[in-house]
Amino acid sequence: MVNPLQTIERLPVSQSINDPLIQTERLCLHYGTKPAFADVSLPIYKGSITALVGPSGCGKTSFLSCLNRLTDLIPNAKVTGRIRIGSLDVVSPRMDAIAKRGAVELIALRRRVGMIFQKPSPFPFSIWKNLAFPLREHGVKNRHKIAQLIETGLRDVGLWEEVKDRLHTSALALSGGQKQRLCIARALVLQPEVLLLDEPCSALDPISSGVVEDLIARLRGRYTLVIVTHNLAQARRIADYTAVFWVKEAVGRLIEYGCVEQIFESPQQALTAAYVNGIRG
Amino acid sequence: MSKNPLKTKPQAATENLQPATENLQRTTDNFQVSTVMIWAIALFVTAVFLWILSDIVWHGVGQINWEFLTTAPKNAGREGGIAPILVSTILILGVCMTVSVPIGVGTAILLAEFTDTKSIFGRLVRRSLDVLAGVPSIVFGLFGNAFFCKTLGLGFSILSGGLTLACMVLPILIRSTEEGFRAVSDDYRLSATALGLSRTTTLWNVLLPAAAPGVVVGLVLGIGRAIAETAALIFTSGYVDRMPESLLDSGRSLSIHIFDLSMNVTGGNANAYASALVLLVLLLLINGTAAWMTQYWLHRKVESVCKHSAFE
Repeated sequence: MVNPLQTIERLPVSQSINDPLIQTERLCLHYGTKPAFADVSLPIYKGSITALVGPSGCGKTSFLSCLNRLTDLIPNAKVTGRIRIGSLDVVSPRMDAIAKRGAVELIALRRRVGMIFQKPSPFPFSIWKNLAFPLREHGVKNRHKIAQLIETGLRDVGLWEEVKDRLHTSALALSGGQKQRLCIARALVLQPEVLLLDEPCSALDPISSGVVEDLIARLRGRYTLVIVTHNLAQARRIADYTAVFWVKEAVGRLIEYGCVEQIFESPQQALTAAYVNGIRG
Repeated sequence: MSKNPLKTKPQAATENLQPATENLQRTTDNFQVSTVMIWAIALFVTAVFLWILSDIVWHGVGQINWEFLTTAPKNAGREGGIAPILVSTILILGVCMTVSVPIGVGTAILLAEFTDTKSIFGRLVRRSLDVLAGVPSIVFGLFGNAFFCKTLGLGFSILSGGLTLACMVLPILIRSTEEGFRAVSDDYRLSATALGLSRTTTLWNVLLPAAAPGVVVGLVLGIGRAIAETAALIFTSGYVDRMPESLLDSGRSLSIHIFDLSMNVTGGNANAYASALVLLVLLLLINGTAAWMTQYWLHRKVESVCKHSAFE
């Protein structure tokens, strides 16, 4: 069966299987003594879209926030195991020390690994300043360069034509879908390598959701995308690889990982089969 | 025909509707009673405020002219104006705000952004502030007199008065600023962190503007409390109605002037009313300016990048 919506060209599996850009090994996260997820070993390939699916509370979002060390914001969150992004060891005593100081390497990591949240959250500034302010903070001072990057960013997310005449009005006046695209643009102008998306469409109406989904699909190849979604149809439409998380004995586990076709058409695990067919979860 | 369910159903529905309508009637009656009560209470509160205000305006507005505002009081305040008193009031308020705003906002940031709500330190500070906010002003006056005037040797001075008021205003300022910061959505903190912005940048550029309404509420409440204060100032800034030459001079605030004219000076009522009116207008002016300045500042923060853009 060929999905008629599946018009986007997918990466050939054999080409990208060699060098995962991100590799986690036996990654665990504890909030205090309570484990959120455990033993997640997952490769994420460069330029592909990896979807994380599974029922609520199985640690998908927690897993995502380990990748850019957003877990540092949560008191008593403890990450163990390994995350390698390129040649950088994200979980290491050295990085822990860096994170405590809030040093340049941490900022560089977060610039390299952007993140989009479920609820679109532009800052209470103008559209222009929402994009210009992070750029300035990352050392881009040249006005023409900033203007150019902002235009490119807004064009990338298809927002330029919609907002070019009101760049200096408040970003909070935009619609939900526009806000989310602005947030994506805000991450993109910093030229990240990886974009983490935490249910980016679930707070949007169906039409905006479709627009954002198409945008995410368009970013394939230029960026490495990891998307958490509860919408299995969406995962199937846009993802190259799918990781299925499940709660086992109150701990989130990775139960199956593979190409999207494999997960949806010939799952190895009975739980995965039940989940993707809508019987469980 | 009569067995046709389509025809019988509406009848049954109408019968069932009868008690429901009665209930609805009763709810509407209750609703009307509470509406009237709420309106009555609101009108009463407004009426009391208007009564006080009109009384002050009625009695005070006749005395007020440019001369009243620019000359020194004569004959213990029965005649002449309030110029030195106005200057002292503004100086005391200035000292109070210069000291309390940085400390207050700083402490609020510490409590809201860097302290866990449940930590012992946070709870201790918060509880202390709540107790401090409820301490009667006369106690602050005695403390100020003992500490600033005597121990620090500042004497009866505008500085002592301002510092004492700062102690009094701090709890209100800190608590409402802290609430302002807590009311800022966590999404901003997460987004800013995920964009690789440092904590200082986030605080200064994102959280502070977003928390500004809370800061202004604290400021307005604090100014209101400070400008109306009498008891604490009698012991610290003193009674002298001369024009102050420095912050170490004693100075009489408007509230003390009103107290003195109405309680100790026979025939001082007219000028007391006029001073009260000036105090009210001053309070409204300061509050209005504070609100306006925040708006302006926020607006400028939004616009500052725009002005330099290549798209203008």
